[in-house]
Amino acid sequence: MTTFDLNGKTVSAQSPDDAALLWVIRDELGLTGTKFGCGIGFCGACTVHVEGRATRSCITPVAAVAGAKVTTIEGLDPTGSHPLQTAWLELQVPQCGYCQPGQIMQAATLLKDFPNPTDQDINAVMAGSVCRCMTYIRIRKAIKLAAARMRGDTSHA
Amino acid sequence: MIRRISIAVLVTACFTLAGLLLLAWRLSIAPIEPPSPSTFSAELVAKGEALSAVGHCAACHTQPGGQPFAGGYRLNTPFGAIFGTNITPDPKTGIGVWSLEAFTRAMREGVARDGSHLLPAFPYYAFTKLSDDDVKGLYAYLMTRAAVNNTVPPNTLPFPLNIRAFQEGWKILFFRSARYQANQSKSAEWNRGAYLAEGLADCTGCHTPRNPLGAEEAGHAYAGAVIEGWIAPALTDANPSPVPWTQEELFTYLRTGVTSLHGATGATMTPVIRGALALPVVPDSDIRAIALYFSGMDRASARANDVDATTREAVASSYVSSDQAENDPDASLYASACMSCHYNAGPTPLAPRPDLALNSSLMLAEPTNFIQVVLNGVTNTETVDNTQGAPGLVMPQYSSLTDGEIAALAAYLRRTRTKSPPWNDLEKKVAAIRRESMASR
Repeated sequence: MTTFDLNGKTVSAQSPDDAALLWVIRDELGLTGTKFGCGIGFCGACTVHVEGRATRSCITPVAAVAGAKVTTIEGLDPTGSHPLQTAWLELQVPQCGYCQPGQIMQAATLLKDFPNPTDQDINAVMAGSVCRCMTYIRIRKAIKLAAARMRGDTSHA
Repeated sequence: MIRRISIAVLVTACFTLAGLLLLAWRLSIAPIEPPSPSTFSAELVAKGEALSAVGHCAACHTQPGGQPFAGGYRLNTPFGAIFGTNITPDPKTGIGVWSLEAFTRAMREGVARDGSHLLPAFPYYAFTKLSDDDVKGLYAYLMTRAAVNNTVPPNTLPFPLNIRAFQEGWKILFFRSARYQANQSKSAEWNRGAYLAEGLADCTGCHTPRNPLGAEEAGHAYAGAVIEGWIAPALTDANPSPVPWTQEELFTYLRTGVTSLHGATGATMTPVIRGALALPVVPDSDIRAIALYFSGMDRASARANDVDATTREAVASSYVSSDQAENDPDASLYASACMSCHYNAGPTPLAPRPDLALNSSLMLAEPTNFIQVVLNGVTNTETVDNTQGAPGLVMPQYSSLTDGEIAALAAYLRRTRTKSPPWNDLEKKVAAIRRESMASR
């Protein structure tokens, strides 16, 4: 059994220690916002936060997060209005939408580390998050919009 | 003639054995009534608590998920598994009936209360340096913990290593009982650091290579060694980190488990830091003293000139453009799997983004640590208290990659992030470490 904090609530997972965090979150704890993509940590669809850091949940054993704070797309913001989420909506970023929870979780860590990200910063940190619908151009735009708002810079708004 | 020689050999062997057993003989020290916690002053107990953290006693004397100090931790040695003993004041399964005299003898001479020899997995050869006051403090702290009735499993050492009297032979060869002697030419802070590092913290225990009899090799102190499948890097100037371990870097690392210029702790160093040295009960001054001692050994000040240039170069190498990735499958592997977390910008790396071009796991002569991290990731589970150390530094397990892919990644990073010669037989080494990891799970 592994106890950890999921979106602010203490949860105890009964799954075996080596079960992937992704399946514990989706199947055992019922939060399906986090998606399964490649299953080997190469596509980013399963990205959640562990202690605020983007982490691929499909290859993270649940025991590895014992006692840690885990945040999924459902818990990124209590009302779903994190600056990234509002920017995503405004710019209508998603096409099919499947990879987008992972994209947003990865982008949130990006903005924490690089509040004013350059194109290179975005390319580097988002490189492991792939999108079959090729929404990359709108993702870049939305990240810059959210970053500007989070810095309190209204000129980009 | 042959008969005479064999009789002579047999007689000599019998005498040697009898002599050894005679030398090995230690008296049992009478059991006492477990002392009442009120007989120890709060001040002494607090001092013992801080010392016990520096000595990271809990690391070997606590089973994962078990009661502190109640024993059962499995230490895998080349000779067999040795289980940490119960050192809570339980009279039956712990050390409740041990007098201060018995405890002191165990710490300084490696002899249990009943007169049997302790194994050098318990570093009495280092604890022998402790002062009287510090031994008293540790005794007071341990005897005031909650008594836990817990019998630990027997060690799996083969004959004749399981005969404790034979430990006397090891002691005759490798052990001298002696308190710490201050080096008068050094500062008080340096001496404090040396006293703690050489004695209680037993840093040589993991960082000094051992001979086939399990004793630390003379003349190779802190030269680096393999411990539980990982390499404990050299702490001398043979340490391969591109940026030297200054007192400040060492202090931050030992206090928190991570520095932006050296990365995060892993393997058996994790409980030493996160479960021990990072605890608030250990004063900053003690950690600073240990850091000073090793920064001198590393000759950090002589190598500290080009830190800025080295760091800038490392940070620049953390980015792989899409053009580069298209033309090099190994770079593409790095860009997809590693770059989102290991990329850095700016003059210096961010602490939660360990910069691979600065990380000793890529610089060591063997790829062991790199392969271990890729296959097993970095977890939060080995912590005694998750709020300590470097919380949140979880790295997933990239074990779905094939041996060939991990080997390619290792070769690529070694080629592009270090000035060291290529690693050999990478794929075989990945396969071997993967087998060991699977077996230990």
